[in-house]
Order: sequence, then C-alpha cells, then structure tokens
Amino acid sequence: MRHAFAAVLRRDLTLALRHRSELANPLVFFIVVVTLFPLALGPEKDILMRVAPGIIWVAALLAATLSMDRMFRMDFEDGSLEQLLLTHHPPSLLVLAKIVAHWLVTGLPLILVSPLLALLLHLPLKALPTLLASLALGTPVMSLVGAIGVALTVGLRRGGMLLTLLVLPLYVPVLIFAAGAVDNATAELPVAGQLYFLAALLVLALTLAPIATAASLRISLG
Amino acid sequence: MFHWIHKYGSPKYFYHFSRRWTPWIGGLTALLLVVGLYWGLVVAPADYQQGDSYRIMFVHVPAAWMSMFVYMAMAVSGVIVLVWRMKVAEAFMRASAPLGASFTFLALVTGSLWGKPMWGTYWVWDARLTSELILLFLYLGFIALQSAVEDRRTAARAGAVLALVGVVNIPIIHYSVEWWSTLHQGATVTKIDAPSITLDMLLPLLIMAVAFTTYFVTVALMRARVEILEAEANSNWARELADKTGD
Repeated sequence: MRHAFAAVLRRDLTLALRHRSELANPLVFFIVVVTLFPLALGPEKDILMRVAPGIIWVAALLAATLSMDRMFRMDFEDGSLEQLLLTHHPPSLLVLAKIVAHWLVTGLPLILVSPLLALLLHLPLKALPTLLASLALGTPVMSLVGAIGVALTVGLRRGGMLLTLLVLPLYVPVLIFAAGAVDNATAELPVAGQLYFLAALLVLALTLAPIATAASLRISLG
Repeated sequence: MFHWIHKYGSPKYFYHFSRRWTPWIGGLTALLLVVGLYWGLVVAPADYQQGDSYRIMFVHVPAAWMSMFVYMAMAVSGVIVLVWRMKVAEAFMRASAPLGASFTFLALVTGSLWGKPMWGTYWVWDARLTSELILLFLYLGFIALQSAVEDRRTAARAGAVLALVGVVNIPIIHYSVEWWSTLHQGATVTKIDAPSITLDMLLPLLIMAVAFTTYFVTVALMRARVEILEAEANSNWARELADKTGD
C-alpha cells in the first residue's frame, strides 16, 4: 500500500517536472495579482501594510483554485485515472498521493515566494513566520478541499468556472483564520489560536477529503 | 422499514401519492399564511422600540429558518441517494435546491430592508448575515453543478456529495465567521436588548414558520413530480399517464 502511494506520487511529480512551463504559471499569477493591488490602492506604506495579509491570502486562494483543475483532468482525458481506480489499492489513498503531488508543485512554491511579496507590501518582518506558518497549514487544506470540487467537475467540458463557484465558499474558514493570524502577528498579538484552528482544519480535511474525492471520482467516471 | 422504502420509493407510487396530497397541503399552506400574516401584520402589538417595522420579522425569521432546514433536508436526501440510490430522493433533492436558495435570498433581502431603518445601513458584515450569504453561494454552486452535468442520475449523485461536503462545512463556516466578526467588530449593532418575545408575537411567528414549511413541502412535491416525469419519460406508467390526460 505504501508502495502504491509512493508510485503515484513519483509518477505525478515526474509528469509535473516535465512540463516546467506550466509549473511556473500559478506562481506568476500569484505575483502578478499581488502586484496589481498597490497599483490600484496607491503606494502608501500604511495602507499596504494594513491590507497585506488579506491581499496575499486572497491571491494565494485564487492561484490555488486556478491551478486546481489540472489535478485530475489530464489523467481523466487519457484514461489513466480510470485505470488507477480499477487497481486493488484503496482509491482514497491513491487520490491522496495525487493531492500531495499537486500540493508539492503548486502549494509549496507559493509558500517559498511569499516572503518576497510580503517585502513588496511592507509586511513587518516579525509577521513573516506567521505568514509562512499560515500558508504551510492553509494551502494543503485548499488542495484537499479543492480536490473534491475537481473530482466532481472533471467530467465536464468547461468545469473551470464551475469549480471556483463550488470550492471558493468552502475556503472561507481557511481565509478567515489564516489572514486573521497574520493580522494579529502584525499587531503583535498572540496567533496560536488561529494557527491551531488551521491545523485542526488540516487534520479534518486530511481525514475526510480523500474519501469524498474518491467517491466523487467514481461518480464522475460513471 | 424496507417494505416502506420500496413502496414510497417507487417513482410511480410517489407520483400518485404527491398528486393526491398536494392540494391538501397547499390548502393548509394558504390557510396558515392568511392567519399568520393577518395576526402578525395587523393584530399583533407594535414593538415599543421598533414600532411597526419589526413586523418584517414574520417573513424574515421563517425564511432564515427554512434556508437552513432545506439544506439539511437536501443533505439527508443526499445520504439516501448515495446509499440506496433512490430516484425519489434524487428528485426531491434537485427540486429543493432552488427553493432553499430562494428562502436564503428572501431572508437576506428582508433582513437588509429591516436593517436600514434599525441599524441605519442595508448591510453589515455581521456573522449571521455573512454566513447566510455564504449559504446562498453554496446553494448556487449546487444548482450550477446540477445544470452542468447532463446525465440526471450522475448529477444527482454528484450533488449529493456536494450537499454532504457543504453540511460538514456549514458549522465550521458559521463559527469561523462568528469568530472573525467578534474579532473585528467593536460595538456590535446586533445586540439590541430586545425584551423576550411576548406570546402575541410568538404565536403568529410560529404559525408563519409552519406555513413556510408546508409551502416548501407543497412546492417541493410539485417540483419533484415534474423531475420524476422527466426522468421516467420512457417508462410505461408515465406514457399511460400521458395518454390518459391527452398531452
């Protein structure tokens, strides 16, 4: 079973690394969206500092959602997804491997580039660890919850817009706790409460989302 | 138990059952609405703080209750759809979604109309309002998914999963939003120290709540009947029915 998990993970990572240009797209999107805000709001340091946590988190949310559709679509179209589900391994485990691979290529780069954006938006340096922690806990939740939405819409020809409609409301708790944590860190208030909530959400999503995703994939594949 | 499920779960039986009962439940709805509205809008005393504008509550509160009740009903049908693949539950779930969305919308609109004279603004980012708005988004997502998937049964099962995911999330969303607004909001405008409600206001409110529920049952039965006829258009009993009525 561990072998099957590792095999799917390795396969998905290899596939992703061979399409390097696509790898960069969500990242560039993330940076461009964040850049738009100072242009729209004005370059005053006070305003930017105040809205920085919200901007970074909303941009991360959008970037994650836009890259989500790729999680199962290619495998669905060439039929390998069906083959995966036909094996005797538990589908939720294989699905979890795919979600982890997807997070490694889309979620992790967002975390790595976020200090740069925090710098651009004048986020105080002392809030940076909280920002990184909130992204590290929050982006896997988004990948896990998003996977359910992708699994439900993968059979549809134009599922992209529908996918955002389905999953964005479900991201509300993550957004609230994550942006709230960074906000508190900027004001030098305790942040442990929000981070614990994020961790709880992560555990909950890690437990339930693979099962729901596997069930949805079965439905979509008919 | 299973006998019961098989009997009521057959689309044909449900169709006739629903047809027989709709006029009765519909009649009861009309009666309750008339009594509840008259009692609430004319007979019940005016509030000593809010005057007559509190009367919108007789529509607003039942609508808000129904917005959550309908989602729960959809989730329960969702379980039945996924476990027993009952066609009637599929029809009921699909039929309920637009109704639930309408109740949610009605609750939001009446709430904001009440908010203007009371709070001085149509909208505040209060916890309850925000989670009601997100509930509306959840309904809209469900409806969009239903219209996007072409195969009726696949759509119903996908919708069932979505409804269940939503039900797990609704309490989380509700409490996180509550937490968020208590963090950000200083003096809260919602905590008007209202006197505990008098019987003269409570009774019409309860009558309105029952009326809204029977209204939902009536319209959901009618909509589910249409769903079933569309799904079963090729079956013998549906054809016989069409031959009999001549259309």
